[in-house]
Amino acid sequence: MELQKEITITVQVNGRPVTAVVAPEESLLEFVRNRAGVTDVKCGCNKGDCGTCTLVLEGQPVKSCLVLAAQANNKEVWTVRGMAADPLMQALQESFATHGAVQCGFCTPGMLVAARSFLAHHQQPDREAIKEALSGNLCRCTGYKKIVDAVAAVAASQASARD
Amino acid sequence: METTVIGKGLPKVDAWAKVKGNIVYADDFTLPGMLYAKVLRSKYPAARILAIDTSKAEALPGVQAVLTAKDVPNNNLRAKFGQSTDVGAQFEGLYRVLAEGKVRFMGEAVALVAAESLKVAEEALDLIEVDYEPLPGVFDPEEALQPGAYPVGENESNVVSRFKVRKGDVEAGFAAADVIIENTYRVPFVDHAYLEPESGVAWLDEDGVINIRVSTQVIEHFRTVAEVLGLPQNRVRVIGTWLGGGFGGKEDITVESFLALLTWKTGRPVKLTYTREESILAHSKRHAYVMKYKTGATRDGRLVALEAELISDAGAYTYLTPWVLLYSTVNATGPYDIPNVKVDTVAVLTNNPFGSANRGFGAIQPNVAYESQMDELARVLGMDPLTIRQKNCLRQGGSLATGFTFDRYVAVADVAEKAWQALGPVQENEDKNIRLGRGLAVGLMSYGRLTFLHDSSRSYVKLELDGSAVIRCGVPDLGGGQAQSLCQIVAEELGIPLEKIKIYIADTALTPLAGTTTATRQLYMSGNATLKAARELKERLLTKAAAMLGVRVAYLKIANEGIESTVDPQQRISLKEVINACATEGIELFCEAQFNAPFTEVPASEVISGRTFADFTFGAHAVEVAVDVETGAVEVRKLVACYDVGKAINVLNVEGQLEGGAIYCLGYALMEELAVEQGRIKTPSFSEYLIPTSADVPDVETILIESGAGLGPYGAKGVGEPACNSIAPAILNAIRDAVGVRVTSLPATPEKIALALRKEQ
Repeated sequence: MELQKEITITVQVNGRPVTAVVAPEESLLEFVRNRAGVTDVKCGCNKGDCGTCTLVLEGQPVKSCLVLAAQANNKEVWTVRGMAADPLMQALQESFATHGAVQCGFCTPGMLVAARSFLAHHQQPDREAIKEALSGNLCRCTGYKKIVDAVAAVAASQASARD
Repeated sequence: METTVIGKGLPKVDAWAKVKGNIVYADDFTLPGMLYAKVLRSKYPAARILAIDTSKAEALPGVQAVLTAKDVPNNNLRAKFGQSTDVGAQFEGLYRVLAEGKVRFMGEAVALVAAESLKVAEEALDLIEVDYEPLPGVFDPEEALQPGAYPVGENESNVVSRFKVRKGDVEAGFAAADVIIENTYRVPFVDHAYLEPESGVAWLDEDGVINIRVSTQVIEHFRTVAEVLGLPQNRVRVIGTWLGGGFGGKEDITVESFLALLTWKTGRPVKLTYTREESILAHSKRHAYVMKYKTGATRDGRLVALEAELISDAGAYTYLTPWVLLYSTVNATGPYDIPNVKVDTVAVLTNNPFGSANRGFGAIQPNVAYESQMDELARVLGMDPLTIRQKNCLRQGGSLATGFTFDRYVAVADVAEKAWQALGPVQENEDKNIRLGRGLAVGLMSYGRLTFLHDSSRSYVKLELDGSAVIRCGVPDLGGGQAQSLCQIVAEELGIPLEKIKIYIADTALTPLAGTTTATRQLYMSGNATLKAARELKERLLTKAAAMLGVRVAYLKIANEGIESTVDPQQRISLKEVINACATEGIELFCEAQFNAPFTEVPASEVISGRTFADFTFGAHAVEVAVDVETGAVEVRKLVACYDVGKAINVLNVEGQLEGGAIYCLGYALMEELAVEQGRIKTPSFSEYLIPTSADVPDVETILIESGAGLGPYGAKGVGEPACNSIAPAILNAIRDAVGVRVTSLPATPEKIALALRKEQ
């Protein structure tokens, strides 16, 4: 049997179908950055250690460097830029900016995606739970405190909105 | 002083674009017809290149250029670091673009490829045949100092530089001491681990200027790139991107020369981005040190003598090693008043990865040693850690062992006390395997460059007819709020809201050169240059408004986009009207100002004395740790950072520096080590080289003292680098307090602590 050298795939990136002929080993990260031109997803290590490439695939946050582009064929991918109208993402973005949770900003898109996915499923997380949830996303600048502050503030306002 | 914008914790100008994912970092940028570059790197730490055959790589379809040392017009230069003064051979070393003759470290660049795709470029690397003759090399700095040691270079000595400090008589000092503590400390190479690997894109524009859009802390490297290519300096333009972190690792040239050579050769745009592994292999490291310390005190806790011998492993090339060593030399005593001092430092070449700038720049290493020594002294003398420091620390009017006298407020005693007290009451210990301990450490570190570099910065401020303002200033922004602080200064001085101020940064063609974003200098230098420009404009506006309102300048103030009488606020005119009146009369609505740091002479001998820095920042860290006596694992439960920041221009950004700096070197204390064996890196990626995650760290509590004693705008001091001083020894001292083990080599891993505990039993 001959190995397939190329595959044609279509991925919904931020609501837009992107079709390309890819090598089987091409990662979803490469696909999203280079084929779809969605560069808010960053490449910090390309082996799943840093989390800067975190995006949402079929509702789940994933490190896109660890997913093959072909695995996302006919599936939906969302990044920060695509979530501009999402109220929870907007609240997190504002909270990150006003709490000083952004320094160089290279980890920020991945961190926001991870935080949004976490808050969507956790009602009243304490600081320890937030830290645990974000521990797959490295930040070298902030020491994490202001990131946790920013996420905790959104969690608190979500809780008070429900009351 | 009453302020409206200065001191506020306002979101940075770049924060919104960053949270929206809209910043175009170096690798996010592409151009039509762009080629992709790769670098062939040496697989030996020490070898002689006998021959390189690039013919097969050149023949590969899609390859547009393959370059080796022979293709580089000027391959061997004296490295410059943005300074415009000649500082002499003592402070400069060889900067070699591509390896020739001897390879000096594993990962040294040997050849460059540019191809139509990254895949073809990678394939081409495999087709380049390099004939190496492996050489023995030398990997231990103490061995490299011995006569007859393997020479790392061709004809040069392995010794990069030596410095000394001499004060009083240490023999007599130790003779008068009741207690003498002697220890040898070792600190490893560590990586900066910025999350954005080195990256850039270069292109030739229509009139033959090489443009390089690159992630760098130093856009002034355009001069070195011009020299490499043999071009006039005005034919190379560097555009600095917003950086995805720098920490000193993007202070040296990274991809710039490679990109320029390939673009020049092919006439096409070229992109080069390192992989994480390549980044760790290729860029500088914080220097590994061996530090022998002998500290003597009298029974009542007075320091009487300090003798220190520091050996710095410079690795394979000089880069910033002499400067880093000079920082270590001046900082070797810490912020203490000691009558008798003898400091000898030496930096030596090895075939290890090269050392250069890393946040803290040579102040950090001796701080680990002198603060561990102070802690041991306190223990032997039965004193508490705060008292011994307060008893010996420098105060206003005091002098460093080099003779530099502090004529402004020295905060050491206060920061130590505030940090220590903030730990609060001791907690009950709940677990029988857990021992709690507390540690304190203080530190000093300069802000602003070495004064013999004759540093300056320029900034341009311009008013638009609609009342908005533009700043042009060549600062690279690393994420620390470098651009934001300049905007806040202009907003404060000219009464213009932040959203009406637009700043352009980091472009050698279009922004006045502001110098490097290194040495904790931008707020001090470019802040002062911007303040000077803004105040000059303010003067012109007030003068014009005085004529328009018929009120003397002395009774006018500028605020909320208007100028009004301080006596009768009814007498008010909008800024826009004043600006338009100035424009009509041809009064200049722009100002470019230059700020110069104090200038001193280049040190004439190895003995360092007098002024070497403009000023210092003082800080302290206090921590509480929980040590598991079975596993040796250390958890930092409380962490307090107290600093005299002079004046917080933006309180969020200052806190951010202190929080981030503490955690940066919490990693240094507990987990980070670039393991190098026989010149080979054993921690090649983030899977092995571990940095702190959110789950590893406590919430850093920050305490700001605003003494107004700084040389920066509004009395501000620089904090970027000082922020990561003193945290590592504070943690070591807390471990000592918890389990009685003095860890003398970083990092304090669970293995080291557990082994030491077994030994004691």
